[in-house]
Amino acid sequence: MIAELFLSGIVVWLAGAAASLALWRQPALARRVACGAALGGSLLDLAASSAALFSASPVFIGLPFGNPAFTWAVRLDPLSAFFSVTLAALAAAVSLYSFGYLKEMEGRRNLGAFGFFFNLLLLSVALVFTASNAFFFLVAWEVMALAAYCLVSFEYEKKKARDAGVLFLIMSHAGTGLLLIAFLVLASACGSLDFSSFHLLASRMTPLQQGTVFLLFLFGFGVKAGVVPLHIWIPEAHPVSPSNVSALMSGIVLKTGIYGMARVFFDFYGAPPLWMGTVVLALGVASALLGVLYALMEHDLKRLLAWHSIENIGIILIGFGAALMFRALGQANLAALALIAGLYHTFNHAMFKGLLFMGAGSVVEATHTRNMEKMGGLIRLMPVTALCFLVGAVAISGLPPLNGFVSEWLTYQALLAGFGTTQSLTRLMFPIAGSLLALTAALAAACFVKAFAIPFLALPRSPEAADAREASFTMRAGMTILAVGCVALGLGATWFVPVFDPITQQTLGVRASSALVMAHGWALSPGRPHGGTISLAGMALFFLVAGAAFALPLALRWRRRTVRGPAWDCGLPGLTADNEYTATAFSKPLRMIFSVLYRPRREIQAEYEVSPYYPSAIRFESEIEHPFEKRLYNPLRDRIMAAANRMKGIQAGSINLYLAYIFITLILLLLFGVRG
Amino acid sequence: MMERLTENAAQLFLLLVLSPLVTGVIRTLKARLQTRRGPGILQPYRDLQKLFSKGMVIPETASWIFTATPWVVFFSTILAGLMIPMVAAEAPLGLFGGVLAVIYLLGLGRFFLALSGMDSGSSFGGLGSSREMTISALAEPAMMLAIFTVAIGAGSTGLTEIAGAAIGQNWRFLAPSQMFAFAALSLVLIAETGRIPVDNPDTHLELTMIHEAMILEYSGPYLALLEWAASIKQLVLMTLLINCFWPFGLQPTWFGFGAVEGIGWLLGKLLLLSCAIVLLETMNAKMRLFRVPELLAVAFTLGSLALISTFLF
Repeated sequence: MIAELFLSGIVVWLAGAAASLALWRQPALARRVACGAALGGSLLDLAASSAALFSASPVFIGLPFGNPAFTWAVRLDPLSAFFSVTLAALAAAVSLYSFGYLKEMEGRRNLGAFGFFFNLLLLSVALVFTASNAFFFLVAWEVMALAAYCLVSFEYEKKKARDAGVLFLIMSHAGTGLLLIAFLVLASACGSLDFSSFHLLASRMTPLQQGTVFLLFLFGFGVKAGVVPLHIWIPEAHPVSPSNVSALMSGIVLKTGIYGMARVFFDFYGAPPLWMGTVVLALGVASALLGVLYALMEHDLKRLLAWHSIENIGIILIGFGAALMFRALGQANLAALALIAGLYHTFNHAMFKGLLFMGAGSVVEATHTRNMEKMGGLIRLMPVTALCFLVGAVAISGLPPLNGFVSEWLTYQALLAGFGTTQSLTRLMFPIAGSLLALTAALAAACFVKAFAIPFLALPRSPEAADAREASFTMRAGMTILAVGCVALGLGATWFVPVFDPITQQTLGVRASSALVMAHGWALSPGRPHGGTISLAGMALFFLVAGAAFALPLALRWRRRTVRGPAWDCGLPGLTADNEYTATAFSKPLRMIFSVLYRPRREIQAEYEVSPYYPSAIRFESEIEHPFEKRLYNPLRDRIMAAANRMKGIQAGSINLYLAYIFITLILLLLFGVRG
Repeated sequence: MMERLTENAAQLFLLLVLSPLVTGVIRTLKARLQTRRGPGILQPYRDLQKLFSKGMVIPETASWIFTATPWVVFFSTILAGLMIPMVAAEAPLGLFGGVLAVIYLLGLGRFFLALSGMDSGSSFGGLGSSREMTISALAEPAMMLAIFTVAIGAGSTGLTEIAGAAIGQNWRFLAPSQMFAFAALSLVLIAETGRIPVDNPDTHLELTMIHEAMILEYSGPYLALLEWAASIKQLVLMTLLINCFWPFGLQPTWFGFGAVEGIGWLLGKLLLLSCAIVLLETMNAKMRLFRVPELLAVAFTLGSLALISTFLF
């Protein structure tokens, strides 16, 4: 039954891709077919993978063709099923949203092609999560990269979109190259490409091989996940793509890297050496902190969200790194706690980041700009979008009683417990990671005060923002589903935690949920007696009761004594949008405090007519430095370009010369073959 | 069940009634130390009563966030207050969350307060919000290190367990790790409650104010709610500090004659801490905003020292 559901999901996506391409001359129809198929496929996939998550044994679905070495087969074990559920839940909401979102593009852009790549992307991500052998995995991985490339560069007439697409493609292929080598090393060790034969394989290799394979996988998957310092494509690619694509890219395409790491670290490795966990933990902390610090400096709404993706990937990796360390230290229960924290955050991030990108998409569509400094006051014109965005903002800031708090709390608990697991100085890593995670979370809250307040509150800062219109019904529906998801995953944490049991059973051999869930499902604990509890449902109940019993009646009573008046304007003739704090001004204190990192540069040009005290025009420019681009990637790119220039000489364009090259290559290969 | 409800009601009563008193005592002591008479200990109650009976002006530019904020701030502070041990080691709502939940609930209140500061469209609000979020973010790592030190000692983030572990070890606060953690947390407390040298609760000068700038547009009952919530937050953080580090007089349960003794001890310890705050506020001038990170860096260093001393000494 699961196999039929899964395969019909795949078929619906394939059919949707083909049909929307065929219908490209009728944009309205193509849009409906594409989004309908994406939605249908997602729902089928959701049904299949959530059933597979709880099925007693992994579901294996093989297609009756291919050759024995390269089988076209998928396997839905708990880990695959969990990531598939994440994909399907997000994709369903995004597909619904796309019905309305794409309408504006009708007649202006080729929606047939969009529908083709959109369905292809969903299909390929579903296969990446479920492929049962390395060959099939890499094929799906490449299809995903190509589909994502086409969607990122969909507005191809803009140079930024083309550049971002190319950057993504180059980075992605560099990563794939590393993965290819890593898989070949594994395959040569066991003589098969099947994932099931890789199980615990890495631990049987020599330490050098183990370490090399680990680093290859870490950086290969790290590119896709956006781990610092491999993150540079994310803030370029997310903002320029259409917002429904950004939601998918951030919510789920980045998670393919996370899936890959989970698969390798927890399935292929048995008990990895301690240094691997510390590397992952350190990278996680660096990504989280740098991601949020650069997000704070953005006033492009979608770029800001893109930097937050890097931050959240970092938080997920803190959980994974701690889990790896616990495994090395022989603490299976703690490893399960840390793994659950990471996976919980993976799911949460898909929910709230998808929500925020869709909210940003609605705002950008209404105001025709991504620049927050030109928005403002949208809460009155777009009330539903504003409420959904607020839910997402509270959730991503890790504040109770929403889902972000649960996963961050679990991460803190894992780090706290880690301190006692070893006597070496490595133990200091846990509290330091914890305190930097606290800094990250607080900075994220600061950033989302800005990201919500500047576009949605106070007065509109541009005529476009003053004329904004609320998003269409399907767009609001898509956002509302994810907003409800964020609330439900927070309040219902104790009902969600048992979902991880099959995964921890499969990878670590423990089931943690019975220890984690306490007080008849009301409270969550870190899995040890008297370790502290939280109950988000309890907190929500408190707020509800207090709100209904006191806030509502009193607010209604005080309403009679309320008058509306102008805000205090210091005696000036009324406040205008020019008096409002801007996004740049909001983050100014942090720009000054962290100036060592940002190296801000600013330029002020003023023109005077009468006296130096009354400038007639002022131009202000402020920018910060991005050290990885400047110090790592730009020199690297220049080297490669220089090397390519030097090699240009061998490309003379003469057919005889090329035939000679082929001949020489053949001879060399023959010699190599004879000697080998 | 009934016992739990009684505990909660008693602690709720203490939070609501005691918090303006603490504010009043600090103000009066400060005035006396500066050879002023001061408005009297009960002035905060009179202020609240006056504000609650007044009308309200809400800025035309403000949205529903502006009216929702006082409630969110008030209720989240109260909820945090019910999760800490005040008189008995058993925190009444300990099941709902421990020290991490307390901090994040206060964070929820701060998030909404910062939003409402931006909501009116006046530049003062934005200024306050920006500074508040910056300073609280920088205070966070030091706070978390101090909390880790305490939580590692007790093996729990539950405040009932943390206070329980401290009971009977009245002189444990002399241990180096506890002293460092206490010092770090005290600095964080000053930053979080907006006291000199970080923020001045008595000023309305736009160059220096932080918390006051955010609530500048509030008036009447909503202002009362926010002022009350600020007092409660101060009481919560002060109680957290004293009961985690000086468990003197902390009772095993809320019931029986012990509770009276427990309240007595609580009042005494609060008075002592208030005196320390007053002394600090009188002896120091407010810092420039960009010197505050240095103060918080000191707190972070103290927190790290606390952590390292847990296994060195």
